[in-house]
Amino acid sequence: MAEPLRPFTSRLMPLPADNVDTDQIIPARFLKGTDKAGLGEGLFADWRYDADGQPREGFVLNRPEMAGRAVLLAGANFGSGSSREHAAWALRAFGFRAVLAPLFADIFRNNALKNGLLPVELPAEAHAELAAAVQADPDAQVTVDLESETVTLPGGRTVGFAVDPFARQMLLDGTDELGYLLSHGAAVAAYEDAHPARVDTTTPAWGG
Amino acid sequence: MDEQWQVAASAAKVDEPAPRTLLAKVWDRHVVAEPPGLPAVLYVDLHLVHEVTSPQAFAGLAARGLKVRRPDLTLATADHSVPTSDRSLPIVDDLARAQVERLERNCAEHGIPLHGMDSPHQGIVHVIGPELGLTQPGMTIVCGDSHTATHGASGALAFGIGTSEVEHVLATQTLLQRRPKTFEVRVEGRLAAGVTAKDVILALLARIGVGAGTGHVFEYTGPAIRALSMEQRMTICNMSIEGGARAGMVAPDDTTFEYTAGRPYAPRGADWEAALADWRTLPGDDGASFDRSVTLDAGRLEPMVTYGTNPGMGLPISGRVPDPDHAGDPAARRALAKALAYMDLRPGEPLLGRPVDVVFIGSCTNSRISDLRQAAQLLRGRRVDPGVRVLVVPGSQDVKRQAEAEGLAEVFRAAGAEWREAGCSMCLAMNGDQLGPGQYAVSTSNRNFEGRQGAGGRTFLASPLTAAASAIAGRIADARPLVERGV
Repeated sequence: MAEPLRPFTSRLMPLPADNVDTDQIIPARFLKGTDKAGLGEGLFADWRYDADGQPREGFVLNRPEMAGRAVLLAGANFGSGSSREHAAWALRAFGFRAVLAPLFADIFRNNALKNGLLPVELPAEAHAELAAAVQADPDAQVTVDLESETVTLPGGRTVGFAVDPFARQMLLDGTDELGYLLSHGAAVAAYEDAHPARVDTTTPAWGG
Repeated sequence: MDEQWQVAASAAKVDEPAPRTLLAKVWDRHVVAEPPGLPAVLYVDLHLVHEVTSPQAFAGLAARGLKVRRPDLTLATADHSVPTSDRSLPIVDDLARAQVERLERNCAEHGIPLHGMDSPHQGIVHVIGPELGLTQPGMTIVCGDSHTATHGASGALAFGIGTSEVEHVLATQTLLQRRPKTFEVRVEGRLAAGVTAKDVILALLARIGVGAGTGHVFEYTGPAIRALSMEQRMTICNMSIEGGARAGMVAPDDTTFEYTAGRPYAPRGADWEAALADWRTLPGDDGASFDRSVTLDAGRLEPMVTYGTNPGMGLPISGRVPDPDHAGDPAARRALAKALAYMDLRPGEPLLGRPVDVVFIGSCTNSRISDLRQAAQLLRGRRVDPGVRVLVVPGSQDVKRQAEAEGLAEVFRAAGAEWREAGCSMCLAMNGDQLGPGQYAVSTSNRNFEGRQGAGGRTFLASPLTAAASAIAGRIADARPLVERGV
């Protein structure tokens, strides 16, 4: 069971590009494991390290003053592309607890919500205000509160966001969906009685 | 009087069931429960599993002491990290080998049928599903892979899921889902010779961008879609996710039924007749409305090539690289400038004639027999440019055998291309098939993201025809002159 997601305050790590895809978040060569170990090391690996594996100085994750920041301020359509949940795992492993963006790709959003990583979809104007605030003061902070579904911007303005109500409750309780799904066992069995299986993967019709 | 009549007419309408889309029909019949305000518990008819996104899900089951609820609705294959070289040798990469072995153990433990490395039906999960007849109209199909959208070509609702959801489906055969919105992609007219399904989807992405379909399911409609073969429809549905839509669908028709009939897992005899009667009820009702729509004119399309680092950055092959200074807003300008810097392309530069290092013909987008026939049609009796490495990677062992039986493999070999074993290969460069830093590839795959085909590699997405023509020329080339000559 995960920790319940309580309100938190953090400075921001700005990554302003739109359409950051999951191949950038965690390149495929880091997907060969059979557990979740070491994924934080692969986070944004091709932007973070040069061909010799040395950190690229200019990249935001490598800047010393960015250490420990728990909120990623990203561009639109963050997490597009591959369904790899490794992207959410890697962001969590690195220490992020929320990503703020104007739009999230559907599969990434689902994956994030299942891993205690809050995808906060901000209205365009609030996102622009926040980006400007961070540019003016790189140490500007936000407070993210899932309970009230609000982000408090550096100027003190509070902006609302929406998370799927069911996912929100799971995060607040620190539980996950599987228990809820398992509680529908009888309904699933009734469904299966009324709807014969469409295929039997164990037995091809042609017998070989 | 008139007013009264109108009231009566609208009252009568209320009693009739509202017209429904294909998506609504498939969705409605899979809802196990939908408590007010909560997501639906959606039943999954077929769960496809591969080595990369499943191990942590099986570990999750073990941690909770759970079993796989329906191994008989689950099928696994090894495709992403498997080498496409000699299959009689062990996998050299320790991690990849461990991952494939873990899949084998998990499948054995839970009784899940597996088309592993030595199976005659091993292949890319989205190639073997339709090919074996497991993919059927009206089904719900999921897989821990975003290109699961491919199976929507059969009129199934098929979408990619994360590993937590893979665990949910393994344990319960259900998923929690909110009903997606609908987005009609209507393709009017007829494709010209040398213009293919791949060009349709790349043109759509260039038109609407890579985020437009978020929250939606595409339904591809119109005469140009009706005229396509099943494999061509798969190419289009496959890249729905590149437009942000988790799924893409085509209403089943005689093309679908003819494709499905007689395949290994397809129903037979009386079961077939019953299934067919049901499948004919699936297409959307007249008057069913979509939340959004867009129309393309197939007759105006040219072969498409991407120039940038997302699949929406595409151009007609005769086009020139766009200028960031002309981009709509600062964000678009920055994105385009960054993409061109990565690709080392200059604004105004033509794509035609641009030298390439590698040509990759394969992936779940374009590795089926009809794709290979198209490529072979151009390569027959010709040689690939000596400066270009050309990989032809069939989508499955079944496709491979078919291509060998038809003499296509010999055409590729004689032309100087590598004829390889089935797998995802250079589409995502997990298995050792990859671009070197700075190399350019024309690729029939689905993603031109930075580093997708190898760190520092640069990808031009295109159709199998364009890829074959480019292999011969050693540079980006238009296949149409070759196609028109009747080759």
